[in-house]
Amino acid sequence: MQPVATTFFFYLLSGAAILGGVLVITRKNPVHSALALIMTLLAQAGLYLMLYAPFVAGVQIILYAGGIMVLFLFVIMLVNIEKVQKQEQFNKQWLVGIVAAAALGVLFVLVYMKGESLFPKHVVRLAEESNTQEIAVLLYGQYMFAFEIASLLLLVAIIGAVVMAKKRI
Amino acid sequence: MAPITTLHYLVAAAALFVLGVIGVLTRRNVVIILMSIELILNAVNLNLVAFSRLYGLHGQIFSIFVITDAAAEAAVGLGILIAFFRNKETVNVDEVDLLKW
Repeated sequence: MQPVATTFFFYLLSGAAILGGVLVITRKNPVHSALALIMTLLAQAGLYLMLYAPFVAGVQIILYAGGIMVLFLFVIMLVNIEKVQKQEQFNKQWLVGIVAAAALGVLFVLVYMKGESLFPKHVVRLAEESNTQEIAVLLYGQYMFAFEIASLLLLVAIIGAVVMAKKRI
Repeated sequence: MAPITTLHYLVAAAALFVLGVIGVLTRRNVVIILMSIELILNAVNLNLVAFSRLYGLHGQIFSIFVITDAAAEAAVGLGILIAFFRNKETVNVDEVDLLKW
């Protein structure tokens, strides 16, 4: 299916994502930050759909917005946020940090402008209907070893998280 | 209006990346620093998926691996945060100075 109103939806979704990002780093209350981050993640899932990646968009919503953010909200409720909100939110070197990050952003944009002529002129036709199938074929074929390593990484992370959060081992 | 090209997506991802870096460098609350790291990983994911439209499906596979890493990182980071909060009753990074002399 040909996408409709691409320009409008791109600016809407990327605007929502960037607005959510700004709210994440400026809110005092961590719960508000977490909700803003969920907005960013959902807007990004929309951008993935526009880029013909429905499987990644689904994984983004289920795993990120559904799984990781619930973990974040649980931990926010476990630590004491009333006391934190009354304290200073930004550290002493905030000005240097913003200047350095802005310089990094300018560098990115310059590199993209210069390097755009190297990009391929034609987009690859990615099939939408069989996207999940093709990802599965690659994941269980060519990327089998990386897939197994990823499962090992998750096992290590589970054990590490339990060991660290436990009172007495 | 001009059609949306890969460059547009790259610039949007760069903006998200810079926001994440600002969050990591300036905030004191560890929870928000971990969320900023998620922002950075998401910006990288957007880049990978945008390039997968030019070079084929491999970028999408890599973005799935990045999401896996983000889940592992969040679990371990929040575990460390809980252990730290139990010992020092604070979540501010500049009060984590046990190894500093």
